[in-house]
Amino acid sequence: MTGGLGSIGIGPYLTVSAILLVLGVFGIFLNRKNVIIILMSIELILLSANLNFVAFSSALGDLSGQVFTLFVLTIAAAESAIGLAIVTVYFRNRGSIEVEDITMMKG
Amino acid sequence: MTQIVFYVFATVLVLSAGMVVSARNPVHSVLFLILAFFNAAGLFLVAGAEFLAMILVIVYVGAVAVLFLFVVMMLDVRFTQMREGLQRYAPFGAAVGGVLFAELALAFGHWRIAENIADVPHLVPSPGRTNTAALGDVLYTHYVFPFEACGIVLLVAMIGAIVLTLRERPMGRRQNIDRQHERTAAASVEMMALPLGQGVTELGGFRRPDKSYYVASVPGSYGVTAEAVPQAAPAGDDRHGGLGQ
Repeated sequence: MTGGLGSIGIGPYLTVSAILLVLGVFGIFLNRKNVIIILMSIELILLSANLNFVAFSSALGDLSGQVFTLFVLTIAAAESAIGLAIVTVYFRNRGSIEVEDITMMKG
Repeated sequence: MTQIVFYVFATVLVLSAGMVVSARNPVHSVLFLILAFFNAAGLFLVAGAEFLAMILVIVYVGAVAVLFLFVVMMLDVRFTQMREGLQRYAPFGAAVGGVLFAELALAFGHWRIAENIADVPHLVPSPGRTNTAALGDVLYTHYVFPFEACGIVLLVAMIGAIVLTLRERPMGRRQNIDRQHERTAAASVEMMALPLGQGVTELGGFRRPDKSYYVASVPGSYGVTAEAVPQAAPAGDDRHGGLGQ
């Protein structure tokens, strides 16, 4: 069942991917000052998902995983473009991108 | 050998991902993110997905990370106050991350691929095809509709980013097309009968009155006063008959 992965097996891939996911979530909680770091953490989380897709695609000999990695890459690029546009507009209006300052919707 | 390469890539990937979330300077974070993407591309190569590795380098390192770098450098953020809340939120984040990692470890510990996985129809690349060709075979047949939906998503993202960041700034003097079409030749061009051997300078010149072009420009555009100048009434005595002469 570890066809395309050779002597490595799927376990190390999943471990690396899990560590990446945890680091991304940790980064979201850690950074209360900079929205851009949060966007980068989201990129890390999506990268871990991609790594899982590729690992399973290679292990099962099925190309669907790589196709879905392409889709995830597309969505990640669109998300970061929109997110950075929002951050730019927000900084232009408020002069700050600190997460704690974003309280306009607070009741 | 493959294992050594894998573990080198994996170690550098995890370390640089840790630096992304913990670097003090956001520019350093972006640079570590680029390093992480390069190493993830290396892991993709080890797994045999060459096309995706190249796409990761081109799209992520070439476009997304540079976009991040551009925004980080464009926004004039005070880096000194950037990490004040670090100590306050680190235990909470570590707790959440630790719980998540423990749950993932539990899930992986009791997980295996089903024995009859071979019964499920797989999209197996045909023998002899390279990874890129096989991916193209699948992408344009089985997954053509999701592929086109991805194109629509990218279009919407592009339009959305432009709409969000577009600012109406009076940078050019634009025409009010309706007013421009309403103008007659008599209102904009003055025809003069010149005697032989005499230029227009001797007749006082033919320069139009200053700001007379305001009637046809959009109010508020560059150099034009905010309120539109009322258009002069069409001259009753069409002395020269416009351009027809």
